[in-house]
Amino acid sequence: MDIEFSPELEQFRDEVRAVIRAKLPDDLRRKVQHEHDGLNYLDITRWHAIMFEQGGWSCPSWPREYGGPGWSYEQQYIFERELEINDAPPLSIFSAGMVGPALIEFGTEDQRERFLPGLANGEIRLCQGYSEPNAGSDLASLQCKAVRDGDDYVINGTKIWTTDAQHSNWMFGLFRTDSSGKKQHGITVLLVDMAMPGLTVSPIETFEGGDELNQTFFDDVRVPVANRLGEQDKGWSIAKYILGMERFGSANLSRSMATLQRLKVIASEEPAQGGRLIDDTAFAQELAKAEIALRQIELSEQRFLFGPGGPDAMGFEASLLKVRGTEVQQQIMGLMIEAIGAYGHLALDDQPGGDSNAVLAGPEASEYAATMFFNLRKGTIWGGSTEVQKNIIAKAVLGL
Amino acid sequence: MDFSLNEDQRIFRESLQRVINDLFPFDKRQAAVATTQGYLDGHWQTLAELGCLAAPFPEDCGGFDGGPLELMVIAEQFGRRLVTSPYLATVVLGGHAILFAGSEEQRTSLLPKVAEGYLKLALAYSERQARYDLFDVATTARTDGGGYVLSGQKDVVFFGSDADVLVVAARTSGAQRDHDGITLFVVPADAEGITQTRHNTHDGSRASNILFDEVKLGADAVLGEVGQGLSVLERVIDHAVAFVCADAVGSMWEVYEVTLEYLKTRSQFGQTLGSFQALQHRMVDVYMECELAQTSVYDVTLNLDKDAVTRHRAAMAAKIAVGQAVRKVGEEGVQLHGGIGMTMDVPLGHHLKRAMMMNASFGDVRHHLAAYGRAISAAA
Repeated sequence: MDIEFSPELEQFRDEVRAVIRAKLPDDLRRKVQHEHDGLNYLDITRWHAIMFEQGGWSCPSWPREYGGPGWSYEQQYIFERELEINDAPPLSIFSAGMVGPALIEFGTEDQRERFLPGLANGEIRLCQGYSEPNAGSDLASLQCKAVRDGDDYVINGTKIWTTDAQHSNWMFGLFRTDSSGKKQHGITVLLVDMAMPGLTVSPIETFEGGDELNQTFFDDVRVPVANRLGEQDKGWSIAKYILGMERFGSANLSRSMATLQRLKVIASEEPAQGGRLIDDTAFAQELAKAEIALRQIELSEQRFLFGPGGPDAMGFEASLLKVRGTEVQQQIMGLMIEAIGAYGHLALDDQPGGDSNAVLAGPEASEYAATMFFNLRKGTIWGGSTEVQKNIIAKAVLGL
Repeated sequence: MDFSLNEDQRIFRESLQRVINDLFPFDKRQAAVATTQGYLDGHWQTLAELGCLAAPFPEDCGGFDGGPLELMVIAEQFGRRLVTSPYLATVVLGGHAILFAGSEEQRTSLLPKVAEGYLKLALAYSERQARYDLFDVATTARTDGGGYVLSGQKDVVFFGSDADVLVVAARTSGAQRDHDGITLFVVPADAEGITQTRHNTHDGSRASNILFDEVKLGADAVLGEVGQGLSVLERVIDHAVAFVCADAVGSMWEVYEVTLEYLKTRSQFGQTLGSFQALQHRMVDVYMECELAQTSVYDVTLNLDKDAVTRHRAAMAAKIAVGQAVRKVGEEGVQLHGGIGMTMDVPLGHHLKRAMMMNASFGDVRHHLAAYGRAISAAA
């Protein structure tokens, strides 16, 4: 056994780190340092374009022939870590990490030519059309209908929690084409041009004031059959393949590591008992617990990814990492609110009750700590809630 | 022992609950929060008419001679419907400082106006470096002729911008972290040298950061004994702790009811969520947290009039227990609702916000746990 990366990989780390630091725009760095407050999909696709210019770094898992850098799994892993700990935005896991590989695996030659270049350089901005009002945790019960009509499918129904739909020009969605059999049968994957007539996007504000979420409505939206990925009615297996691609990042580990570093700085600046908060034994112990949890997740992730079977052998361990990783992330954000004490109350003044242009007195973190604590409650809900992940582990691993 | 409200208190609670339910359905609550001051003047008048503003004060101050139990009843109803108002600032913090420490003249000139709804107060005590230590006061009041000159910065003063009169803690002697030497002052909010910056808070209230720049005060501005303000401040803050704990429990019961209803009606996988045993147990945990926190609220409320040591121990215990419980219940309310729990237009997230802000008020769990621990070791 050896828990270190090889010297060659450490050299690779130094190289990508230097490029990331040199290319990172200041405004994006600042948003990431503010725990991603205000970082939207357009920011992320702007960063995509910059990373694409470095030789396909925007799609780290893709082979060279499709525009990727042709990196090994270890290189991909190191690169993803370097982004976050150097205060760079993450890449879009969905488009580069999930849909791209699915197109390479299941797409036609025509589909690869039409979609892969845009996904790589950020011109194609994808949203995910999965959940519906009555198909949340029970995703396979989705009902948004696609009916074959000549060379088109005609879609009617609705999708909910379509993150970033307002900034997206394409949707990768699951639609019901047959409801006669088992619910997992009769689901079809379609790539939908968001500009098509009949498609409307309606924002859903999250309780901390965020604008990521939407509901999308389909009223006779026509999609060419050429935009169907895989076979009709067999889309569930593609959906599962895609969820299985979420090997990197399901635990939000890199982001939590970066957040914990920033929290330590905050705790060393915040006053407590006439000294510094970080010298308060009880608070320092909480930092220690968080760091130990992250260390454990990090090495577990590496153990699962780079074990004897390699990353392809990783299966339901991803559920374990997601459950624990999002819990720890929420704990760390809770500590950040605690760290700033009563200043956690103060909200930025984009609402009517604040004096205009007033600067928040007190710690800088009061600008974002509470907001992002509230925002990250989503971590244990979407992408398969903690409860669903535990069902998966109970069934698939424990055989219960 | 008796854990029931008396006849008058029951009637008061029922009429208050009716009015609060009527005035604060969630959409109207959100509309009130979205106004500049964060609440409606009409709501404040209604609270006055219902007797809420007079409830805890003695009759010679224009009050109804109630006390901690009446405050508890009011707070629970506020928490249920996420009411925002300057009630905590005016009646509990400012009002009780004057009630506990004020001269005959100060009490009878100020409190009747508070009781009738014509005068609002705020308590300016917290400072940047103090964190949650009440005795850590850097703001100074130096003697000047027969009066004082007040200088310093107070932050996160709840509804400071609405106050007509500020009660300010300042140091008249000693070092920044000495327990002696703190004096309370009654200061007109429009006095020369005061600059307020108003902020929204995450739970829809307002709070100000206030700069006192050489504010001149007469000798009659002193509230209570010179240099002996800390014990008053501690007593007032324990009352505020009881109030926010009761508010939190009101919020918890509401989250419990709304979430239980959701589990009974929302179906996934062809069955209601409430039929899954894993979720049943989670919901049982929420229920248990509510009942136990309710007990803590009685604990702190019924000990408020005891000696300082007994009172403060109950206050710390309640703040620790309820603080943890309200956060857990708030988080579970969002989580058990799933995606819909994350949205602006349902109350769950707003209850969680109130829970987190409750924890950041008057000392968080860690602050009180450390103090409680020190009390145990000091007694050993």
